[in-house]
Amino acid sequence: MTAAMATAMASGVGLDRRKVVAELLANRGDLLVVAGLGSPVWDCAAVGDHPLNFYLWGAMGSAITIGLGLALAQPKRRVLVITGDGEMLMGLGALATVAVQKPENLAVVVLDNEHYAETGMQKTHTAFGVDIAAIAKAAGFPATMTVKDESGLARLCQQVGGAPGPILGQVKISAAHVPLVLPPRDGAYVKSRFRDALLGAPNP
Amino acid sequence: MSGAAAPADWPADIFHALKAANIRIVSYVPDAGHAKLIRLCEADPEIRTVPLTTEEEGIGLAAGAWLGGERAALLMQSSGVGNCINTLSLLESCRLPFLMLVTRRGEWAEFNPWQVPMGQRAMAAVDLMGVTVYPLTEAASAGETVAAAARLAFDGGAPVAVFISQRLIGAKSFAEDAA
Repeated sequence: MTAAMATAMASGVGLDRRKVVAELLANRGDLLVVAGLGSPVWDCAAVGDHPLNFYLWGAMGSAITIGLGLALAQPKRRVLVITGDGEMLMGLGALATVAVQKPENLAVVVLDNEHYAETGMQKTHTAFGVDIAAIAKAAGFPATMTVKDESGLARLCQQVGGAPGPILGQVKISAAHVPLVLPPRDGAYVKSRFRDALLGAPNP
Repeated sequence: MSGAAAPADWPADIFHALKAANIRIVSYVPDAGHAKLIRLCEADPEIRTVPLTTEEEGIGLAAGAWLGGERAALLMQSSGVGNCINTLSLLESCRLPFLMLVTRRGEWAEFNPWQVPMGQRAMAAVDLMGVTVYPLTEAASAGETVAAAARLAFDGGAPVAVFISQRLIGAKSFAEDAA
């Protein structure tokens, strides 16, 4: 990517992250959602807090492995991990781990603004051309896509809804600032609420 | 193998304890000391074995499994403990049960100096992060130790690490295997 393109990204070219997440979750049905540390958590909260959302306020790099564990434990449910490029980059090895397990019910969406939005907008590796979708494909994900426009987003939403996974969609989003929308930050509460909603309360 | 005699088939005892505790997912970064246990898990149709690229993946995996109503265990050698430190914060923040079985290096008759720094401090490191440590130094108590650890983890709702002494595994030598 050229410097001019990077500037264009930072100034707001690219899909609106809130619109992307709203479309991904518009017809969520019984989808189980894991939101990776940082802005994807706020994006999911902006769509509306939900008991089947699990938000990560820490443990950077873990969103995809939590999604994998959930997908293996609940093979009849669709699991969607929504995370950022920085969070995904910290756990790239997990793409290989997921590819080996081949969970058909797991989709990973990387909201890629090419920056660490929470820490001062430093560029991530994707700003220099690192292609997470290509890495996932090389690891063995049967379905990968890079989304840059509305039609691509529509295709990704279809895949998340039912195509055999594991799926990884890398969505190029605007790096423009969006307002904070904060979900509950008590991890024990969010965990118990999730288990109660999924497994029925009280659970062992 | 060399070193202390191993009167009990302790990997099999650990395997049976995991089965009795309804562990359905076993993830690992391998260690020679876990080789038999990994083979037993792979051969069991009720257990999903998940090889990892780095140990902290197993923490997220176990958290996700628990969210989905299943129990997981994570196997590693003590050098992998250091890779886990920040990810262990997930367990306290979300009050999650967690069971890890760590084979020790850098402890009993270690020949590789590079194994010593992490191996000597791994138990203190997980303790610092709020994980309860169960040392396992006698082969004969392997089954009951892992059973007790699993109970504390999944019924007691705590993160627990069983540290398996290098004495059970047998100290490596250059002549046998340089790894």
